[in-house]
Amino acid sequence: MADKERKASGLREILVPLGATGLGLVVGAVIIMTIGENPLRAYAALFYGAFGSLDRILGTLTRATPIIITGLAVALPFKAGLFNIGVEGQMLMGALAAAVVGSSFRGLPMLVHLPLAIVAAMVGGGLWAFIPAWLKARRGIHEVINTIMMNFIANAVLAYLVVEVLRTPGEMIPKTPPILSSAVLARFGDSIPGITARLNMGFVLALLAAVALYYLLWRTTTGYEIRAVGLNPKAAEYAGIDVPRRIMLAMVLSGLLAGLAGAERILGFGRTLFLGFSPGFGFEGIAVALLGRNHPVGILLAALLFGALSSGGMRLSFATDVPSDIIVVLQATIIFFVAADQIVRAIIFPKKKGVA
Amino acid sequence: MGTIFDIAFLMATLRAATPLIIAALGGIFAERSGVINLALEGKMLTGAFAAVVVSYYTSNPWLGVLAAVLTAAGMAFIYAVASIKYRANQVVSGVAINMLAAGLTVFLVQVFFGTAGMSPAVTRLPNLGPFTPIVYLAPLLVGMSFLILYRTPWGLRIRAVGEHPKAAATVGISVINVRYACVVISGMLAGLAGAHLSIGTLSVFVRDMTAGRGFVALAAMIFGKWHPLGALGAALLFGFSEALQMRLQGGGIPSQLIQAVPYIFTMIVLAGFVGRATAPAALGEPFRNE
Repeated sequence: MADKERKASGLREILVPLGATGLGLVVGAVIIMTIGENPLRAYAALFYGAFGSLDRILGTLTRATPIIITGLAVALPFKAGLFNIGVEGQMLMGALAAAVVGSSFRGLPMLVHLPLAIVAAMVGGGLWAFIPAWLKARRGIHEVINTIMMNFIANAVLAYLVVEVLRTPGEMIPKTPPILSSAVLARFGDSIPGITARLNMGFVLALLAAVALYYLLWRTTTGYEIRAVGLNPKAAEYAGIDVPRRIMLAMVLSGLLAGLAGAERILGFGRTLFLGFSPGFGFEGIAVALLGRNHPVGILLAALLFGALSSGGMRLSFATDVPSDIIVVLQATIIFFVAADQIVRAIIFPKKKGVA
Repeated sequence: MGTIFDIAFLMATLRAATPLIIAALGGIFAERSGVINLALEGKMLTGAFAAVVVSYYTSNPWLGVLAAVLTAAGMAFIYAVASIKYRANQVVSGVAINMLAAGLTVFLVQVFFGTAGMSPAVTRLPNLGPFTPIVYLAPLLVGMSFLILYRTPWGLRIRAVGEHPKAAATVGISVINVRYACVVISGMLAGLAGAHLSIGTLSVFVRDMTAGRGFVALAAMIFGKWHPLGALGAALLFGFSEALQMRLQGGGIPSQLIQAVPYIFTMIVLAGFVGRATAPAALGEPFRNE
């Protein structure tokens, strides 16, 4: 299947995600009509909420930032034929490390403190990914279940540490002490009047990560080997590639990226860690990676779409009587159609039934 | 501390274990036939919601249970069409079903009840002695599942399809039909487990009320080595840890960490450190009729 897909024209590669998005919007429209609302008005409100002013555009980019990074984090192991469902947990661990390091070490210069906090976050995510990576590479245990389990373990560890250990005294909601000014990722909107969006330097880091991932996968030998493992592990092994090592590398690099996403949320966006700060950025990353066909450019576009849906959705319930949770339904439907791309193909290319 | 393990605690354990047992059986049917079942969580949530809606409008919780079973079966059918007929990636479509259930239930709570994330109180299932009937039903379902899977030709077919679909197809078994049936059965069981949560232990639907129990059930299935009796044991153990966690809340012992116990156990078992859990051989591989 993989080689046939590679032969498929570039146009088709773009048409399937577009078709999935279109079908998702159609299903959403049907649901909106069922509750007696006008889908066009709802989608217009959604669009206006996401792009209606400079502040809203920046808000959309802010919401897209973590899922650009988690999307990249899902795409990298995917290229090696691995499914890292654990990006969410790895991101939580990264966020935890960022919150601890970023709120400690008072007096360090920013030049040291900020990189230290970012690296700590990435190491936190990387270590959390190392466990399922090792289990997969050395003991052959499927990474899907282990990474799911580790998401829940990360949740429990985070809940314990934030509520019982790191909690700021005197605060109603358990949250970690504020990030010191020497460890924050600067927010762009702070100096512009009227801007409330918390777009920060993390967005630049996300773009750099996209470039770095492209370079790694398509411009280095290591990247070539990772992709070779994904296309055919047996053939890669015969070609002299150390498959377990490449599997470990892909997973741990993915964990590092997941940790970076946590760093952006804590050091740039929130500047403290409270439980539930992530509505599931790691899982959205899965959707974004798939919709973006595991390519950095596709991931940027897909993250923008999902970011726009989420940030526009907040306005939806103000402007119309459509509950904003329709957004989650839309996102789920889009992923569903991306996964079941045969359905999309059957609808777009009805004559070539059974293509791929 | 000596009074922690009393009769009330035992009852809490059984109550917490019930949805895990039933949903884990659902997981076993689907996975034994070779279809990955990450969508247990979403199907449970769908069932929990449908049960509350129907019990609200009819004041008959039994109709609520029926609705839970049918609605979750419908959700499972959508998943089956994608993953079996259109050979969609089962992991991804499972994730999508979970998201769909999470979004759609909250959306519909708003539509039906005009409230954000929580339904009004509805008629719950009556107690039969100390428990609702679903609690007694759970061990019966375990026995039935065991008999079906290991003592009937139909069960043999299910297991054959999950281990060697090609061979099964050669001897005239319809791999596709068996998988459809198993995924729908899995949905029905998950729906029943969901109904236990919403109109069995509580009498409302709350946003994301399954809170990961679908994945704990999945863990119980793996921990129990894809066997009904093993899953029963694992679910009881995990139910015990859930009851313990509730009991210890605010007692100075980190109850949050006890939450992680089922997941850590599952990883240890999967890693083969304590016995080896081996998944059905053809798990996750779409089947193509040739």
